[in-house]
Amino acid sequence: MPKREDIRRILIIGSGPIVIGQACEFDYSGTQACKALKEEGYRVILINSNPATIMTDPDFADRTYIEPITPEMVEAVIRKERPDALLPTLGGQTALNVAVKLAEEGILDRYGVEMIGASYEAIKKAEDRELFKESMERIGLRVPRSGCARSIDEAMKVLEGIEYPIIIRPSFTLGGTGGNIAYNREEFEEYVRLGLDSSPYREVLIEESLIGWKEFELEVMRDGRDNVVIICSIENLDPMGIHTGDSITVAPAQTLTDKEYQVMRDAALAIIREIGVDTGGSNIQFAVNPEDGRMMVIEMNPRVSRSSALASKATGFPIAKIAAKLAVGYSLDEIPNDITRKTPASFEPTIDYVVVKIPRFAFEKFPEADQTLTTQMKSVGEVMAIGRTFKESLHKAIRSLEIESYGLERRQEEMDRIRERLRTPNWERIWYIGEAMRRGMDVDEIHSLTSIDRWFLDQIRELVLLEESIRIKGDGLDRETLFRAKEWGFSDRYIAALLGLKEEDIRKRREELSIRPVYKRVDTCAAEFEAFTPYLYSSYERPFYKAGEGSGGDCEAQPTERRKVLILGGGPNRIGQGIEFDYCCVHASYALREEGIESIMVNCNPETVSTDYDTSDRLYFEPLTLEDVLNIVEKERPMGVILQFGGQTPLKLAVPLERHGVKVLGTPPDSIDRAEDRERFDQLLEDLGLKRPRSGVARSLEEAERVADLIGYPLMVRPSYVLGGRAMEIVHSREGLLRYISQAVKASPEHPILIDKFLEGAIELDVDAISDGERVVIGGVMEHIEEAGVHSGDSACSLPPYSVREEVVEEVCRQVRLIALELGVRGLINVQFAVINDDVYILEVNPRASRTIPFVSKAIGVPLAKLATKIMIGRSLEELGFTREVIPPYTCVKEAVFPFIKFPGVDTLLGPEMKSTGEVMGVDGTFGKAFAKSQIGAGNTLPSEGKVFISVRDEDKEAIVGVARDLVEAGFTIMATRGTARYLQERLIPAEPVNKVAEGRPHIVDHIKNGEVAMVINTPLGPTSHRDSYSIRRTALIYNVPYFTTIAGAKAAAKAIRAIKREGLDVKALQDYHEILKTAGRTRRV
Amino acid sequence: MVKKALLALSDGTVFEGYSFGAEGEVCGEVIFNTSLTGYQEILTDPSYRGQIVVMTYPHIGNYGTNHEDVESSRPWVEGFVVKEPCPCPSNFRSEASLDDYLKRYGIVGIAGIDTRALTRHIREEGAMEGVISTIDLDPESLVRKARQLPGLEGRDLVREVTCERPYKWTEGVWEPGRGYTVHCELNYRVVVYDFGVKFNILRNLTSAGCEVTVVPASTPAEEVLKMRPDGVMLSNGPGDPAAVTYAIENIRRLIGRVPIFGICLGHQLLALALGGRTYKLKFGHHGGNHPVMDLKTGKVEITVQNHGFAVDLDSLKGLAELTHINLNDRTVEGLSLKDHPLFSVQYHPEAGPGPHDSTYLFRRFVELMERCG
Repeated sequence: MPKREDIRRILIIGSGPIVIGQACEFDYSGTQACKALKEEGYRVILINSNPATIMTDPDFADRTYIEPITPEMVEAVIRKERPDALLPTLGGQTALNVAVKLAEEGILDRYGVEMIGASYEAIKKAEDRELFKESMERIGLRVPRSGCARSIDEAMKVLEGIEYPIIIRPSFTLGGTGGNIAYNREEFEEYVRLGLDSSPYREVLIEESLIGWKEFELEVMRDGRDNVVIICSIENLDPMGIHTGDSITVAPAQTLTDKEYQVMRDAALAIIREIGVDTGGSNIQFAVNPEDGRMMVIEMNPRVSRSSALASKATGFPIAKIAAKLAVGYSLDEIPNDITRKTPASFEPTIDYVVVKIPRFAFEKFPEADQTLTTQMKSVGEVMAIGRTFKESLHKAIRSLEIESYGLERRQEEMDRIRERLRTPNWERIWYIGEAMRRGMDVDEIHSLTSIDRWFLDQIRELVLLEESIRIKGDGLDRETLFRAKEWGFSDRYIAALLGLKEEDIRKRREELSIRPVYKRVDTCAAEFEAFTPYLYSSYERPFYKAGEGSGGDCEAQPTERRKVLILGGGPNRIGQGIEFDYCCVHASYALREEGIESIMVNCNPETVSTDYDTSDRLYFEPLTLEDVLNIVEKERPMGVILQFGGQTPLKLAVPLERHGVKVLGTPPDSIDRAEDRERFDQLLEDLGLKRPRSGVARSLEEAERVADLIGYPLMVRPSYVLGGRAMEIVHSREGLLRYISQAVKASPEHPILIDKFLEGAIELDVDAISDGERVVIGGVMEHIEEAGVHSGDSACSLPPYSVREEVVEEVCRQVRLIALELGVRGLINVQFAVINDDVYILEVNPRASRTIPFVSKAIGVPLAKLATKIMIGRSLEELGFTREVIPPYTCVKEAVFPFIKFPGVDTLLGPEMKSTGEVMGVDGTFGKAFAKSQIGAGNTLPSEGKVFISVRDEDKEAIVGVARDLVEAGFTIMATRGTARYLQERLIPAEPVNKVAEGRPHIVDHIKNGEVAMVINTPLGPTSHRDSYSIRRTALIYNVPYFTTIAGAKAAAKAIRAIKREGLDVKALQDYHEILKTAGRTRRV
Repeated sequence: MVKKALLALSDGTVFEGYSFGAEGEVCGEVIFNTSLTGYQEILTDPSYRGQIVVMTYPHIGNYGTNHEDVESSRPWVEGFVVKEPCPCPSNFRSEASLDDYLKRYGIVGIAGIDTRALTRHIREEGAMEGVISTIDLDPESLVRKARQLPGLEGRDLVREVTCERPYKWTEGVWEPGRGYTVHCELNYRVVVYDFGVKFNILRNLTSAGCEVTVVPASTPAEEVLKMRPDGVMLSNGPGDPAAVTYAIENIRRLIGRVPIFGICLGHQLLALALGGRTYKLKFGHHGGNHPVMDLKTGKVEITVQNHGFAVDLDSLKGLAELTHINLNDRTVEGLSLKDHPLFSVQYHPEAGPGPHDSTYLFRRFVELMERCG
């Protein structure tokens, strides 16, 4: 069937901010969809609140709305753009939920918008668990015994007839939010309550647990002619009971016979037809009983999912792109397979390698969180590795994780503890399995503790045996053993550690023995057809030869003779390193291609746009370790490597790569070191005559006290050996300092602690700039909304600044220029300042792409990362036509999004340690409205009426008065704890006193739970009394009541509420904002 | 413990690996199969007579072997090539490891080689003769042996795999939890020419309600007609169809007198009987993911393929109607006649291993018999 001509304008809904369960895979799918539909000549309208995405770049859609993804906002876009069709299946659960709402409220009908891809009915059938169960029974498939409940009483009724353990899941959530396993009645009641709370429909599904069953997934595609194909089968190494997003998964399925696999395939075909997904991809999860092969259907996503992204990368079959084309009427056989060119997309990919995905967790950021893996997803990112065998792939995935692990390192615990770590699912289990084997535990026992299939355990056993043999051979390590180790994916670094050598020694020995990797192509067809796309992975394969002639390994890299540059990607998503860096890497690639230079991407994150095979000229899906990168460099011989876009991951490699003679493009690695090394940094600032907060280093308790007395409290303290704000704390007194040093971080000569003056009440400014070595142009100056002390990644910020004086901004820009020129920056630089009483202090200098680059680029309509790339290959800012700062006449607010809801027991307070997973952008004419949009986008929807609960510490009481007054004037009533209430009443602001939790019932938490509170403003009292107010914040979070924990946030909220009430909110496309800049953009003097 | 093995090809290429399965020296045409699962069905498919099979998926043997997943009474491949065989299989139905299974049936295997490189080599240079040996480890000597091999063209391998005497078949298709099924209501008498028949063809016929009698490949047409069948099935089988002249002759005498359904070799023989031509493909189709379009409905089925020869499309002009086409390389996948009740497909609707998309063809055969009955 040809493409549809009756529709011309198509609306695509993105997935919003990165949260646990919904990461950048939807940027990948949305970007593919936008490209595919534009290619077909449709007018693409996009709404997505996430500025860090590639898809929200103004070139990808015809009309790009960076607006909150709510039914109201989407309706506003529909009203403006009048799309003919809505494609809801590429923006994750967010898009699907909004689309369902739009359909239910009759908005789609009203504007004559047709839902394409999946109909409302199909979405309902797949998502409503009761309807889904009925559907499955109709086609003779079994689902776990279950029932729905909308209250505890109903839950109790469902309970009858189901045995423990029981899974409780809220309906219509993503990433299994609120999903839990109850082993007894007490837990059951608790989890039902939690589930009801987190379901937008206040409904939970209660079901029979299949703990210990094996879990499989199939990625299915269907076209309008009812052709159905399976793209990929995935087997979870971790059995049922662990969310698939938190499981180690393997493609293809390993332990199913063909007969069993075909039964599953038949079921998948029947399911997609019964549910009625018209066109596009779906993901179906199955459980299989390992004892007798019984199969049950767990769930189906009638849309592109995280697993679809994985399946796309694992097979080379671009599911999202094809799904978009199917949605506009094509059938699978009409779409060519890009990789083979000759064959159509109506086939089932077959692969000749093994793909392993390992999730990446961030528990170090949430020490209070329960680390047990359950049906509620907790991981923040993932890595994928490709190898010819499971062993090779597993090893490659482990070292891709960026957790300083290069193999199955030893675990030192006692045997009992190890047994415990095997029994209770946790992210380190794979290492504990290795350790248990080293200590002689057999596969059967490990299987009985973990329920992990023996096949996987046996693979690990073989790795441990080989490790043992390497260790025994020691210096006598022979070629055959070393080759086998490389074939099985052992890293040089791990082999070296086994032998007490250095990584470099193994590399040399390998070279002497000419043991080098070959590169193989991902081609969708196991080499049956020629692959035209250089999508490559490394492997160690034995060479073949012509009898009587020399031998050679079969390497398919076939490097070109062109000028080329290697771009190192950002690795797995984690807190502090997210999609922003992928955005920059992708831009680097586009820039190189524009300049006629071959772009070669190296990355290991399957969720990203950078690992799409058509983003760069060549793609190496490889770990970002020195060994793996050097191997690629040796194969490709690029003119240089770009590593300032990928965040910390590649940056760590700057110096080692340079030592190996690799040219690092852009800012020299020594400059990076000058900014990171504390002493050199101090020297730099001194030379330039710039100020930073007073600081010192302490190697003992006594020294710490001395330094503290010298500098004066409050202090910012942190260990010197961790990055990214970990274990950073603000201490206000000697007691605080002593507690920090005695409990949190021991100061020692090897591990000194760093002590900085904490500038209380300071305003932070964040500046992104670009330099070609001669000239520095400011990209953007952002004013943080939260005061200093909150990690810059967690703070909301406004571009341009909204309260700082122009002279201060100018001074800050002057300092950035000085530093950039002194450091010889070629590319991007980010500098963070604290401003107190108009005095400017430098907090941090990062001579590389920062997290805010995509936000700034979108705000000012200049693709900074692209320009920076061009500078790195020798162009000047003058040539590139970017010589003056652009200051928009509108305001852009970036707000952070947090994963607290996923971690019961974790407080929601912000501090120097970064905790956010993603961000949203709000754009509007005024700060108030832009901030309001950022809050709505972040899920912190501001109320327009009702009661606001206020409880603030004494220092904040004066500041809160204005906020309270504003709110009262806007028609709110105030409810406050006694102290705050009295303070407000004395200032003639009516405030109703309410009990604290400790003061007897009904208390504030009761009021929140009863839905009587529209908004919470609560600033914490200091570290020791945090727990008092903790239950308030946690309850507000669970009941989805907007809350603010800083005065600055509360002030901004009050402003925003007034702005909305006065003017309401409207939408405007990014393209229109950028149009304004052409005529009305201000520039600051250079 | 690890014993060296060599695989030498007739063009002089040599792969060094290690022995698995039985030890010894075997020869055959080296071809690759891209199925991810179903190695036991592949091993026992008589169509692989004369061939050394390379599995493109690296891990083979993961789920072991069992007494159910067989397509004939024993493995037929001449040799088996894998990257990494699995010594400790894991599946509730597994009864023996692949290694033990191959040893029991004397099938020589080689493991540890770069099977992707070998596959690419075959793709570029075409399927060619090869020798696997654990005895003669002199590469040049093995290459010499490979060069002397006759090749498949012009060879009748059917006589080596067909049954000796007729037999009845009663087992239906496999179902989870039940195994092979039993069917009581058998309404159509079908005679199956065994050119190397896969059990799954027989099982599918049984499940479709056919009372199945299998006869040797050389059974004269008259003898078959004497059995008063409602339909005749021409089975799959190994080697060059053009060499099986007696079968072509018999089929010619059946056309128009009884409904006929041909599969794979059976399809090629039918085409030859109708006056068409067959030719050898460069490296054949062996796998479970080939898209085939039913030209009547426009629908695409994902099919199981295993053939090294194909029917020449041009040679069919005016003789038969093209019903199915391979979307990868546009080769003939099915034909039928307007005026006679017969049809055939190049692929394997019986699956085993592979997807079940084409099972409808068995129903179509039953409908054809019904119309003619």
